[in-house]
Amino acid sequence: MRRYRIKTLKIDGIDIGGREDETLLDLARQNGIDIPTLCHVEGLSASGGCRMCLVEVKGSDRLLPACVTYPEEGMEVFTQTEQLVKYRKMILDLFFSERNHVCAVCVSNGHCDLQGMAARMGNTNVGVPYLTPQMSIDASHPYFLMDHNRCILCTRCVRVCREIEGAQTKGISGRGIDSRIIYDLDVEWGDSMTCTSCGKCVQVCPTGALVAKGRSVAEMTKRREFLPYLQMMRDE
Amino acid sequence: MNEKLESIKTAELEKAAQFPHTIKVCVAAGCRSAQSELLKEALENEVNNNGQKESCRIKGVGCLGLCSAAPLVALESNGRTEAIYREVQSEDAPDIIKAVGKKPVKRLTLPLNMPFFERQVKIALENSGEIDPERIEDYIAVDGYTALYQSITEMTPSQVVDEVIRSGLRGRGGGGYPTGLKWVTVAKSEGAKRYVICNGDEGDPGAFMDRSILESDPHRILEGMALAAYAVGADEGYIYVRGEYPLAIKRLEMAIRQAKRQGILGTGIMGTTFTFNVHIRLGAGAFVCGEETALIASIEGGRGHPRPRPPYPAEMGLWGEPTLINNVETFANVPTIIRKGGAWYADIGTETSKGTKVFALAGGLVNAGLVEVPMGISLREIVDDIGGGIIGGGRCKAVQTGGPSGGCIPFDHLDTPVDYESLRKLGSIMGSGGMIVMDEDTSMIDVAKFFMEFCVDESCGKCIPCRVGTVHMYNILDDFTQGRATRHQLDLLEKLCDMVSRTSLCGLGQTAPNPVVSTLRYFRDEYLAAIKDHDNTDRIPLREAIA
Repeated sequence: MRRYRIKTLKIDGIDIGGREDETLLDLARQNGIDIPTLCHVEGLSASGGCRMCLVEVKGSDRLLPACVTYPEEGMEVFTQTEQLVKYRKMILDLFFSERNHVCAVCVSNGHCDLQGMAARMGNTNVGVPYLTPQMSIDASHPYFLMDHNRCILCTRCVRVCREIEGAQTKGISGRGIDSRIIYDLDVEWGDSMTCTSCGKCVQVCPTGALVAKGRSVAEMTKRREFLPYLQMMRDE
Repeated sequence: MNEKLESIKTAELEKAAQFPHTIKVCVAAGCRSAQSELLKEALENEVNNNGQKESCRIKGVGCLGLCSAAPLVALESNGRTEAIYREVQSEDAPDIIKAVGKKPVKRLTLPLNMPFFERQVKIALENSGEIDPERIEDYIAVDGYTALYQSITEMTPSQVVDEVIRSGLRGRGGGGYPTGLKWVTVAKSEGAKRYVICNGDEGDPGAFMDRSILESDPHRILEGMALAAYAVGADEGYIYVRGEYPLAIKRLEMAIRQAKRQGILGTGIMGTTFTFNVHIRLGAGAFVCGEETALIASIEGGRGHPRPRPPYPAEMGLWGEPTLINNVETFANVPTIIRKGGAWYADIGTETSKGTKVFALAGGLVNAGLVEVPMGISLREIVDDIGGGIIGGGRCKAVQTGGPSGGCIPFDHLDTPVDYESLRKLGSIMGSGGMIVMDEDTSMIDVAKFFMEFCVDESCGKCIPCRVGTVHMYNILDDFTQGRATRHQLDLLEKLCDMVSRTSLCGLGQTAPNPVVSTLRYFRDEYLAAIKDHDNTDRIPLREAIA
């Protein structure tokens, strides 16, 4: 059995002891410090793409993503500085401006991570112009629906499909602002030969981009508790 | 020296001594696109027809440097360069051959003492324009692979690393990380296997240093990589070349094949127990794949997405093993450093930046092309002396270095010495070596917009600040060039620059705002002049008004 070292550090002034293989995000949450995240989800590998969990570390002029940063002895971490809050608010603005997030008509209204984050950060309006791209909706699957207008490209669905279900149905095509979630080699979801229709991607999706069919406005709630259990059972 | 290398060298030199005259024709991509292959054929025919076959040989060589005067031909008689001919056409072949051994053809000659040639100090390019890149014998004749033989037979790996540390060589891909330190880290990292990667995914607009080195002197890169492999304990290497460089790829493949045949690459190199195999991997046109973690993902067969560092590739790289990744030009310096010693190399350059740097001069210069200059030379010397100033005698407005990650340095600061720290202080970077010189008519907003468009296009899309932030910045810059920008947009642009550079995941996003930031710093008046007249400058942005 591998032995892990314990490191002691300070997060927001609180003394914390943590195993060297636990991330700053894990340690903060264990100690009641909630660092905001969007692409991270318990039970999946970290992506580091949403940049919401950036923290300041004393002695480093770079901002570090808490989800992939590991503790070091004597580290001093700050998670809620003025600078960080400012950047997080701007990043949220970018998310809202990228595609067409219209909460009032969204099936996930009230159960959306992006919406919840905006409320938490106090973003009442969007400080950059909307890009309002023309996006499509893929309703070819018998049970589920993918609305690209509401996708924030967090890649939770891609990771759960690969890491938990093992189907690797989902991927990304294009790059930059043209990035898009695709199925197999860019076929319609309903035509995918590899999709097992397990629905895990729908459950982990933070917004109304992936939903079960037959839900009306605000009716889509998601359950993610299964993930850590699955991961734990497999590890054992 | 190894007997085999010695015998190849002797045979080559004897062969060369039979010909009093050598005509060197550049067959790198720049001159080839100006029909230098046809020219070479014409020269060969002319030599045969004139019965000068015994005294004059025609040799295809790598880049001669002055690409704006392509195709270039150099005439060497008895070991001395007699003339360099510019813009030579096939029709000029008879005149050139007739003039061999007599007075050079006046209408085609370039002055041999022009600063463009005289002011250069060539290390990475020492064989460019001298040897035939498609023949390993030519490389061996100029003492190629002796550094490798000497290292693997007489030096321990740590002695090789020490020599590189002593040289003070820093990464030539742009970052300027001390090369020796990187080698030590890889050598000391624990892993089942180690890898050496050569980053040839050169993507900055206007930069072609790596392409030229690979096309002109491919064996030098192989030798540099083999030395690195020996130093860090690797037995496998990858050269990642962008697919847009077909000639470089062809010559690399040829070089690897030749080196294997001579027992210089492969298993049991030159009779020792050292083994090193090299593979080529082709990039498919993504700029972000020049970022080391994205490059590694691409070699592994995945999507070319960067991942957060640390862990750095030196600790956890290709297939999770310790990996040394250096730029083409960095590897190109290594054989000379080992052959002549780290101390020799450290004598060139400044206190913190040692050696030489290759720059690709582009833009409105009289002499555009590839130059290698010692660190510490001033930008003005490069622009005015080597580059020959602006075409038509205009005034230089600014110099852009570092491509989309760099910035614009205004005319007033051109006396700055070229080294990593000085350029950074000016808000630009050394970068991989692209240097675009702009004249007075250039709009700096256009320049910023051009590079931002590049970043929008090349952002991989993994992290939000780079994916969406660059689009917003581009849209604002577009409004500036269309004359419909507002004061509020200028504020927003500055905020976005700060946010994108501070929060992006990899180097592409972190440096994407640099062209905007540096033009805002030195040419703010241009931005202010572009703001709509009727704009109320006292207007408060909405969010602040609500808060």
